Amino acid sequence: MSSLSGLRVLQLVDERTVDAGRILAELGAEVVVVEPAGGSPLRDEPPFVSDEPGPERSLRWWAGAAGARSIELDLEGDGLALFDALLDASDLVLEGRGHALDAVDAGWDARGRTRPSLIWVSITPFGRNSVRADDPATDLTLLAGGGPVWNCGYDDHSIPPMRGKGNQAYNIGAMYAVIGALTALAHRDRTGRGQLVDVNINAACNVTAEHVTYNWLVVQSVMSRQTGRHASSAPTAPVQVRCADGRYATTGVLPRSPAEFGRLRAWLDELGLLDRLPEAVFLDLAARRTETVEMVDVASDPEVAAILAAARDAMTLIASELPAYDFYVASQQHGFPCGAVVSPDEAFEDPQFAARGFVHEVDHPELERPYRAPGVAYVFSASPCPAPERAPLLDEHRDELLGSMLTREDERWIRRQR
Amino acid sequence: MGALDHIRICDFGGQLAGAGATKLLAAFGAEVIRVEDPTTQGRWDMMRVVGPYVDERRGVDLGGGFNNHNVNKLGVTINLRAPEGPALLEKLLAVCDVVTENFAAGVLDRLGFGYEALAAIKPDIIYVSNCGFGHTGPHRSFKTWGPVVQAVSGLTFNNGLPDEEPAGWGFSYMDHGAAGFMAIAILAALHHREVTGEGQWVDLASTTAGITMQRTAVLDWTVNGRPSRRPGQPNGNHADFDAMAPHNIYAALGDDRWVALACRDDDDWRALCDLVDDDDARAGRFSGLAGRLEHQDQLDEIIGRWVGGREAGAAASELVAAGVPASVVKSPRERIDEDPDLDAWGLFPSVDHPLMGEVRVEGVPLHFSETDWSIDKAAPLLGEDNDRIFRELLDLDGAELERLRSEGVV
Repeated sequence: MSSLSGLRVLQLVDERTVDAGRILAELGAEVVVVEPAGGSPLRDEPPFVSDEPGPERSLRWWAGAAGARSIELDLEGDGLALFDALLDASDLVLEGRGHALDAVDAGWDARGRTRPSLIWVSITPFGRNSVRADDPATDLTLLAGGGPVWNCGYDDHSIPPMRGKGNQAYNIGAMYAVIGALTALAHRDRTGRGQLVDVNINAACNVTAEHVTYNWLVVQSVMSRQTGRHASSAPTAPVQVRCADGRYATTGVLPRSPAEFGRLRAWLDELGLLDRLPEAVFLDLAARRTETVEMVDVASDPEVAAILAAARDAMTLIASELPAYDFYVASQQHGFPCGAVVSPDEAFEDPQFAARGFVHEVDHPELERPYRAPGVAYVFSASPCPAPERAPLLDEHRDELLGSMLTREDERWIRRQR
Repeated sequence: MGALDHIRICDFGGQLAGAGATKLLAAFGAEVIRVEDPTTQGRWDMMRVVGPYVDERRGVDLGGGFNNHNVNKLGVTINLRAPEGPALLEKLLAVCDVVTENFAAGVLDRLGFGYEALAAIKPDIIYVSNCGFGHTGPHRSFKTWGPVVQAVSGLTFNNGLPDEEPAGWGFSYMDHGAAGFMAIAILAALHHREVTGEGQWVDLASTTAGITMQRTAVLDWTVNGRPSRRPGQPNGNHADFDAMAPHNIYAALGDDRWVALACRDDDDWRALCDLVDDDDARAGRFSGLAGRLEHQDQLDEIIGRWVGGREAGAAASELVAAGVPASVVKSPRERIDEDPDLDAWGLFPSVDHPLMGEVRVEGVPLHFSETDWSIDKAAPLLGEDNDRIFRELLDLDGAELERLRSEGVV
């Protein structure tokens, strides 16, 4: 039994809801995607299997809709009656159109409020009651307006700020949507009552910018973008290093304790690099100290400044002498939390993740071969996450869904007769 | 009534990756008790002694980030190395629903409070651990912080210009990601307990959370055999998988001012064309997505010309009014203080901190129609709630608490 076994989720699927639906499906919820006539526009999103477009070939669809069942319904036409029946059989709704859905009488106002136990999660760019409720937005414009893009880019500010890939604004919105859904579920578990959960992606991005936000809130200090490291109010030393194989690694936080400085010096020695770094004497000095070396003392204490500069130089030298992945593993083995900058697929292939059961094999009869896909971030000891089945074909589950609804109607009728 | 006011959490989670999860639950009414080390060896949450600070004062109760991540929570101190520390913690655990931590893998177990020990104290306890690689696999002993998680999960790689050093993420994005998935794990396990009565251990690995946030790129590899590391990739601010064009961030008038703009389809493109009113833009080669992608550099030049002659805010407003998705790349001031409706949303409430005074903090990007969140209490001072929790909740008498205090247990 999975955490959300038996929970029925009706998703009016689009780019804003799909990732939340996926997270709920992974936790064991029965997710039904309601697609408009002709199929969800997500089915038109690249990349496609073998680069050939087609409604069953979008990998964006495969990634988001895995584990869901599909029914095609024209909510602006004759699909509303069936939609009502589906709603009656559902515990939770995910929708991304806000008031636009209300305008066709398929939204919270017309259909959610009247069902007291229904949890209705609305995921919109600016919140349901925003003055910008009708403004167009994409992942790029939301990340630009909400903070994350401001924080990212290069030291050279003639290069534009950078937006990280992967539809992160929608991922952020999805994460909060699921937190909202499950918080509302906790309340319903106690009281039987559902409610509206209004998820605002712009607001979610605005609280997903770490120190840049709270430095403004607390002291109105502005942090600016820097290459490969935290945005800062004043330039800081680079932490990203080009390694021997041309790939990059991030060297993480500098050592603080005397023991750490001793280990760093020993690592240099082990690699035969001590001669290349005369400043290693400062590592010796630090290793013999009785107190930790604190970054805040850099400005006031020349010894601390020299020690930390030597540590940075040592880490950079070691990284530049090793391939990035080897540097990463060796750094961790020496007790320094560094990381190799790998691509998403390289990350996926790391043996660590297969060992955790993160790699799923998904059957896809229509493709005539199974494919591998990323699993979930967590391991539940008592309520394991099911490996989601391949994303549904358009309208694939119509008969099954209608059949199950009829059964439920029958059950209700029988109960009433009793 | 809060949605979660029936839940009590014993929270060892620190920094943002741990504290950020329980902050959300506390905003919805959960009683979150931060358990920290009382010694002066710096083993409390390190965020306590990291700025920003409201003034020149420094100390364990003055870190601005700590306050932000720990509003609405209670704070106690227990020294687990003192002989009576573990017994005191056991008393607390016996009345908690959830235990959370984001130590390196195995730390809580070595302190004597791994899942089996916790379940022996409270059989239906929910234990959620949150670390970089989880508690299994060859890298389980590796340590991480946000930028390392982002590097090894592919997020850093996928933010930058082709053939350049990765720009990466200028903040610990995956501390937010880890906190969010941790909150989800706690809530899912609570529902399972509600239905079955059963507790459990949820072992969260933030690196895997990072990979799940790039599923499509991974499938392009496993299904199509196409790696992300290839010429021309990552392609800066151009669209993922060439889904749209134009799709970029353009320089506007002024110093370091930028406008992001995306055309989702041909309708958006026609609207943009009408606005830009440039003969070059009307050229037939741009009329379909394939042509716009093929000639993307020329396209960017034309749009760059138009944006470059305008003030960023004015350009973005004109674009949005024409129906084209656009936004200024907003500074902290613009997005926090000058947003047209985040004030009404109440996204940045103030709390009254006993030492820092009134401080604004981050709120929650959700609103509930029945059981909405509220944030009204500053983060706990170190050990602030020792009396309340140990005396009122655990029934220690005053003399006993005084003894524990003098012996350095609390």
